[in-house]
Amino acid sequence: MAKIVIDGVTYEVNGDNNLLQECLSKGLDLPYFCWHPCMGSVGACRQCAVKQYRDADDQKGTLVMACMTKANDGSIISIEDEEAKKFRANVIESLMISHPHDCPVCEEGGECHLQDMTLMSGHNYRRYDRKKVTHRNQYLGPFVGHEMNRCITCYRCVRFYDDYAGGTDLAAQASHHHTYFGRQSDGFLESEFSGNLVEMCPTGVFTDATFSAHYSRKWDLQTAPSVCVGCAVGCNTTPGERYGELRRIVNRYHGDVNGYFLCDRGRFGYGFVNSAERLAESQQGKGTGRRTVSEDEAVLELNRILDGGQVIGIGSPRASVEANLALLQRVGGDNFYAGVSDAEFAQLQILKQLSGESALHAPSVREIEECDAVLVLGEDVTNTAPRIALALRQSARNRADELAAAAGIPSWQDAAVRELAQRELSPVYLLSGYATRLDDIARATVVDSAPGLTQLAQALARTLDSAAPTPAATLQEEQKQLLGSIADDLKGARRPLIVCGTGSGSEALLKAAANVARALATARGGDQAVDFCCVVPEVNSVGLVLMAGETQSLGLALKKMQAGDVQAAVVLENDLFGRAPQSQVEAALAGVGQLVAIDQLPTRTTELADLVIAGTSFAEQQGTYINYEGRAQTSMQVFMNNQAARPAWKWLRKESETTLAGLLQTAETTLEGLAGITAILPVSAAAVAGMKYPRQSHRYSGRTAIQAAANVHEGKQPEDRDSIMAFSMEGMSSQRDTAVLPNTWAPRWNSNQSVSKFLDEVGGHLRQGNPGRLLFTRNGSSAGYFEPESAAVTTGDFTLIPAYQLYGSDELSARAEVVNERLTGAYVALAPHDAQQLGVAANDLVTVSADQEALDYPVCIRRSVKPGTIVAFTPAGQFPVAGAGDQVSLSKAQGSGQARFGNLIVSDLQQEGI
Amino acid sequence: MFSLIRDTFTSQLVTLWRVFKHMFDKKDTVEYPDVQPYMFPRWRGRIILSRDPDGEERCVACNLCAVACPVDCIALQKAEDENGRWYPEFFRINFSRCIMCGFCEEACPTNAIQLTPDFEMAEYVRQDMVWEKEDLLINGTGKYHDYNFYRVAGMAVGGKDKGEAQNEAPPVDVRSLLP
Amino acid sequence: MRWEVGSALNIVSILLVVVVIAAMLIWVERRLLGIWQERLGPNRVGPLGLLQVVADMLKIFTKEDWTPPFADKFSFILAPAIIMTVVLMSFSVIPFAPGVGIIDSNIGVLFVLAMASLGAYSVMLGGLSSDNKYALLGSLRAAAQMVSYEVFMGISLLGIVALTGSFNLREIVQAQADGWYVFPQIIGFIIFLIAGVAESHRLPFDIPEAEQEICAGYHTEYSGMKFGMFFVGEYLGLVLISSLITALFFGGWLGPGFLPPIFWFALKASFFVAFFILMRAAIPRPRYDQLMRYGWLFLLPLSLVNLLVTGAVILAGSGG
Repeated sequence: MAKIVIDGVTYEVNGDNNLLQECLSKGLDLPYFCWHPCMGSVGACRQCAVKQYRDADDQKGTLVMACMTKANDGSIISIEDEEAKKFRANVIESLMISHPHDCPVCEEGGECHLQDMTLMSGHNYRRYDRKKVTHRNQYLGPFVGHEMNRCITCYRCVRFYDDYAGGTDLAAQASHHHTYFGRQSDGFLESEFSGNLVEMCPTGVFTDATFSAHYSRKWDLQTAPSVCVGCAVGCNTTPGERYGELRRIVNRYHGDVNGYFLCDRGRFGYGFVNSAERLAESQQGKGTGRRTVSEDEAVLELNRILDGGQVIGIGSPRASVEANLALLQRVGGDNFYAGVSDAEFAQLQILKQLSGESALHAPSVREIEECDAVLVLGEDVTNTAPRIALALRQSARNRADELAAAAGIPSWQDAAVRELAQRELSPVYLLSGYATRLDDIARATVVDSAPGLTQLAQALARTLDSAAPTPAATLQEEQKQLLGSIADDLKGARRPLIVCGTGSGSEALLKAAANVARALATARGGDQAVDFCCVVPEVNSVGLVLMAGETQSLGLALKKMQAGDVQAAVVLENDLFGRAPQSQVEAALAGVGQLVAIDQLPTRTTELADLVIAGTSFAEQQGTYINYEGRAQTSMQVFMNNQAARPAWKWLRKESETTLAGLLQTAETTLEGLAGITAILPVSAAAVAGMKYPRQSHRYSGRTAIQAAANVHEGKQPEDRDSIMAFSMEGMSSQRDTAVLPNTWAPRWNSNQSVSKFLDEVGGHLRQGNPGRLLFTRNGSSAGYFEPESAAVTTGDFTLIPAYQLYGSDELSARAEVVNERLTGAYVALAPHDAQQLGVAANDLVTVSADQEALDYPVCIRRSVKPGTIVAFTPAGQFPVAGAGDQVSLSKAQGSGQARFGNLIVSDLQQEGI
Repeated sequence: MFSLIRDTFTSQLVTLWRVFKHMFDKKDTVEYPDVQPYMFPRWRGRIILSRDPDGEERCVACNLCAVACPVDCIALQKAEDENGRWYPEFFRINFSRCIMCGFCEEACPTNAIQLTPDFEMAEYVRQDMVWEKEDLLINGTGKYHDYNFYRVAGMAVGGKDKGEAQNEAPPVDVRSLLP
Repeated sequence: MRWEVGSALNIVSILLVVVVIAAMLIWVERRLLGIWQERLGPNRVGPLGLLQVVADMLKIFTKEDWTPPFADKFSFILAPAIIMTVVLMSFSVIPFAPGVGIIDSNIGVLFVLAMASLGAYSVMLGGLSSDNKYALLGSLRAAAQMVSYEVFMGISLLGIVALTGSFNLREIVQAQADGWYVFPQIIGFIIFLIAGVAESHRLPFDIPEAEQEICAGYHTEYSGMKFGMFFVGEYLGLVLISSLITALFFGGWLGPGFLPPIFWFALKASFFVAFFILMRAAIPRPRYDQLMRYGWLFLLPLSLVNLLVTGAVILAGSGG
C-alpha cells in the first residue's frame, strides 16, 4: 500500500499501479481514451494529464500523464489544477478537430465515451476553421459497422484486436492525420471477438450493425442482468429490449468470468429471440390436423398428458435449471433423462465424478488468465468456449509480465513490456484434432485423432507420475521429447492449467486428461490443486448432469420409448434429432403414445409432436444456468413475451403457486448436486420495503406514446411477481447494488466506461461481490487413475474428428438472421494427400459411411489435417454420421456442396477451387 | 411612525387610484373566435415535422426529442434507407399528453420538429389526439429555411458523398504516400 | 297585506332581492375585475354576459356534491349552512328605507356584531371537519383573524352609538339628517371599513383561503352546492358590510328628494360594493403576522383613542 495525495486528499493506493488507474478506482473523474485496464497504458491520447508535485513545498509542479506515471508512495498530484485542466481541454480540442457533426445519426450517441470526456474536459466549440479530414468506410461484415470519420486515433481498436485478441486483419494504416483503422480491403472481421471493438472504441467508429438495424438509444432500452446462453462459459450480459423486441446484447462486467469482453456469438447471436419462426402460441395435433390452442387449453392438455400414466421427461442442456427442475419434479427423478447424446452424457458423468476431487480445481476465466503453462487436450476452445480462448491468449502473455517484473518495468507499461518480451510467450501446448485459431501462441502443436491424443496424454501422465497407468502404445522419440518438455513446463510453472472438454467427443481422452491433471498434482507435491478446465458444450450442460441420474441417458429413454413402455414423453427445449441418430429417434417416436415438445423455435422434434408448447427465450424468463466450472448464475428476465409463450417452468409446475425460488428450494433439499443454489437468488435490499429494481433507465422515453396508437389510455405496466425487478423506470435506484445492475451508468459517465464506478478497483471485482456461486464442493480425494481402455475396433479407412464452428455449433444463435451470413454449413476437411487419393477437390461431395449410416458432405482441404483422419463439422440440430474416433470410409459422390467456405476462418485452408 | 403610517396609506390609496384608472384604458382582450388573433411565429402550438430545403425528411430519428419530453409523449423508431440516411420508421406524438413546452424543438439537432402557431387542437375523441408521422410531416421547411443537417454531418448519404459536406476535405487515400 | 317593516311581503322580498343581488355579484365582480385589469370579463352568455350567473348556478347545482369519507359529516354539512344563516339574519336589522326592513330592533348594532361573531364558527367548523391540513391551517387563521377584528369593529362603532345615543340602526340613520357620521367619525369609518373586509375575509384579507399558500384554506374539501353556499355567503357578507357602512356612516336612505329613499340606499351601498371589488383588484394580500400586528398594535389603540375623543367631545358639548 502506498499513500498518495490527490488534490489535498490522502488516499491509500496500490503503489504498483499507475495514477490513472488509482484515480478511477477511487471514484475520481479523470478523462482518458487510450488506456484500458486489460491492455495497459501507452500514453497516446495525452488526455489524462495531471499536475505532479515534487513535495509539499513544490507550488509549480509538472504535467504528467497519469496513465504513464507510477503511483509511488508519497506522490502529490492534482487533477483540478488549472494548468492541467487547460491542457486537457486543449488536447481534446485537437482530437476533435476532424470529428464530424454526426452525433444525432451515430449509434454511439448518448453512450459515447468521447462525448463524456469532451464534456468533462470542457471543450464545446470548434475554433479550428480548416477543412475536416474525411475517410471512406469499409464493409466489415454483418456485425460491425464502420464510420472512420469519427476516429480520434486512440489506437484502442488495434491494441485490442491485434494485441489482446490476436486478430490479424485489422490494422492501423497510413500516418499522421491520415491514420486509418481498418482491413486491407472490405470483408468481415475474422476475429471471434470483433464485437468488443464496439465497446472498446471510445467513439462511434465501430458500431454494432445488428443494433443499428433496429436502433434505440441506450436510455430507451429495457435491460436486466442476464447470462449468455451461447456456450458454457456463462458470460454476464446485458440484453436490451425496446418495443417488444430484443435490440442488442452488451457486456456486463463480472470479475471472475467475462470481465470486459464477450465473444461475437454471445454478442450478435441474439437474433433468434426476434425470429419470425418463433413459436408464438401452443399447438396441438400433427401435420395438417395441427391447430393453435389457447393458453388455458394448452395447460389442460399438458396436465392431462402428464397425469395420465407413464410419462418420461427429457431435459435440456440449453434450458434453465428451473425448467429442468419443473420437469423433473413433474415426472419424477426416475423418469427424467438427460437430453444430450450418449457420448456426451458419458463425458459429463466423468466431469461430475471429477468435480468432487480436491486435487483438481475448475478455474474461472480470470484464473485461466493467470496460468503460465497451458496444455490443451483435444478441445477447439475458440469455437466451443471462445471467451476461454481469449483468456488463454492472456495466459500466454504471463511470460512477458515475468520478464518485465525482472527488468523492473510495471506490467501496465504496455509498449515497454511488449518491446522487452518480443515473441516470448508462456508455454501453451495444443494437442488437437485439427489446426486451431490458438496455434499462433502455441509452443508446440500436435494434430491427431482422439485415440492418438489419448495415447499421448496417457504417456504424459506416466511421464509426470510413475504411478500412473502404463500407456498402451509406445511412442516415437520426438513424441517422447515433446512430452518431456511439456511435463517440465507444467511441473515448473507457477500455475499450470490443463484444458480439455467434451469437444473431442472421446470419453477416453477426457479420462486421460484427468489422469494428466492428477499426475501433475502428484508431481507438484499434491497440496495445491491443479487447474483442470473441462469445457462443456452448452450453457446448462453441467446443470443438467447434476440433476439427471447417473444412468438416465437419452439412449435409455429412446429404448424405453421404442419398446412402447411409456404413454407420453415430454421433450424440454431440445431437438432429439441433434442428440441421437435419426433412425433411433424415429423408432422411439413411433413407439411413444404422445409427444409433448416445449420449445421457443420450431425443430424437427416439434414438427412431430402431438402437443407443442410455446416456451420463452432466455430474455423473456428468469433462469439459473450452471457454467463449466459449476458456477450457478441467475439470468433475469428482460421483457415480457407479448404473445402466448411462457417460461417452461410455468407450463410444467403442478401448482400454480409454485415460484422460481420454491423450485430451487425443493431442489436444494432433494438433489445433492444443487446444494447451495438458493444462495444466488438476488434479494431485495431490506432498507426499502417492497420496492423493486427498475428495468428501465431513469431517462426511459415515450412511455405515454408507445402504446398510444393502439389505445390512448395507457395501460398498467406488466407486473413481475417472480423477481425483484420491475418493468418500470420507477423503483429504488439499482445503482447501489451491482448484483442487480440493469445497466451501468454514473453521473457524467454515460458510456460503458462507467463500469469502473461499480468496481472495488478498476479491472477488479464488483463492489457487492461478483454474482453467482460455485456449486462444486471438492472434498473427496482422487478415486485413483482411470485405467486405459482398448478402443473398440471399427472398420474403415479414416478416423473421424468432430469439428466445431463459432457460428453453427450453437443451435440458437445459428438461427439468428445475421449469424446466418457467417454460417458454413456441414463439411468434412481432408488432408491434401487424402483428397488427392480420393480424387476430390474443394466443395465436391463425398459420402461418409459409418456402421449404420452414410451421409454426403462437401469437402474442404486443410493442409494440417492428419492423413487418415477426417475433420467433420456437423451443425447443431443434426447428428453426426459417426462419433469421435470412429472409423469411417469415404467415397466420392456426385454433385457439389453448398458449404460456404469463405466463412471458414482457419489458417491452413487450401484455397484452390473455392 | 407618523410618516410610516402616512406613506402606507398614501401608497394604498395611490394603488387604488391607479388600478381604478385602468377602467378608461383600451382593453387588451381579443374577442376570439369573432376576431382571429395574430399568432407570433415562435408560438408553441401544434407540433410538426419539417423537410429540409431539398425536400427530404429532416428528422434523423436521433431520439433526442423523445428523451427531452417531460411527459414522454413522443415515441419513434429509427430506420435507414439504402443510402445510409436515417429516418423515423414511425413517429408518434400523443397530443393528449403534450404540454407544449417546446423542449423537443430545443433538443432537435436538425430543426425537424417544430412547434407552430396553430393552437386549435381540441378533439372530441381522445384517440384522435394521437398523431403519426403521416399527420405530422409537412411539405416545407417550417421556421428554419436553410438548414440541412446532412450538409453539415460527416456521414455519406444519397446525393452527398464523403468529403462533400461543408468544411470537409475530400476523403483520404490511405495508400497514397503523399503527405 | 301591508307594506311595513316586518310584514311577510317585506321579509320575502328582502330575502329574495338580497340573495339575487349576492348571486349577481359573481358576474359584477368578474366584470369589474376584468375592466380594472384591462380585459372584458364574462361577456358571452346572454346580453353583456348577464346570464353568466345562470350558467354558473346551473353548473354549481349540478356538480357532484362530495363529502370526503374522512370528514366529520355533521359539522361538515353544518358549516356552510351557518354562514348563510348568520349573514341573512344580519340583514333583518338593516334599515333599507323607511318602511323597508324586517325588524326595527333597538339593539340592531349589537345584533349585527353578534351575528358576525357566529360567522366565525362556520369557517372554523368547515376547516376542522374537513380533516385536511390546508383546511385546518385556513380555519386556524380564520379564527384568529375574525376574533381579533371583531374587537375593534365593535369599538369603532361605539363612537356613533355614543353620538346617537341608540343602538337602533333606524335611529342612527335618522340622526344623520344633519350630517353624515363619516365626518365626525372618519377614524371610526376607516377602522370599520378595514375590519369589515377582514370579517368577511375578502381580499386583501382572504388569508384563511389564500390559494397560493394553503390551497383554498377552510373550503379546500368543499364542492358543489356546499361550496356554493360559502361562495354566496361571502358575497352576502360583502353586501351586508356595504349596507352597514351606508347606514352607519353615509346617512342610509337619506338624500335629495328627486329619487326614492331606497334608491339612495342602493346607490350608496353599490358604491361600497364596487370599492371592495376595487380593493380586491388593487391591493396585495398582507402576511398573516402583519395582519395580526396591524390589528392589535395599531387599529385597537386607534379605535380606543377615537372612542375616548368622541366621548370627551360629547361630554364637553353637553357639559358646556
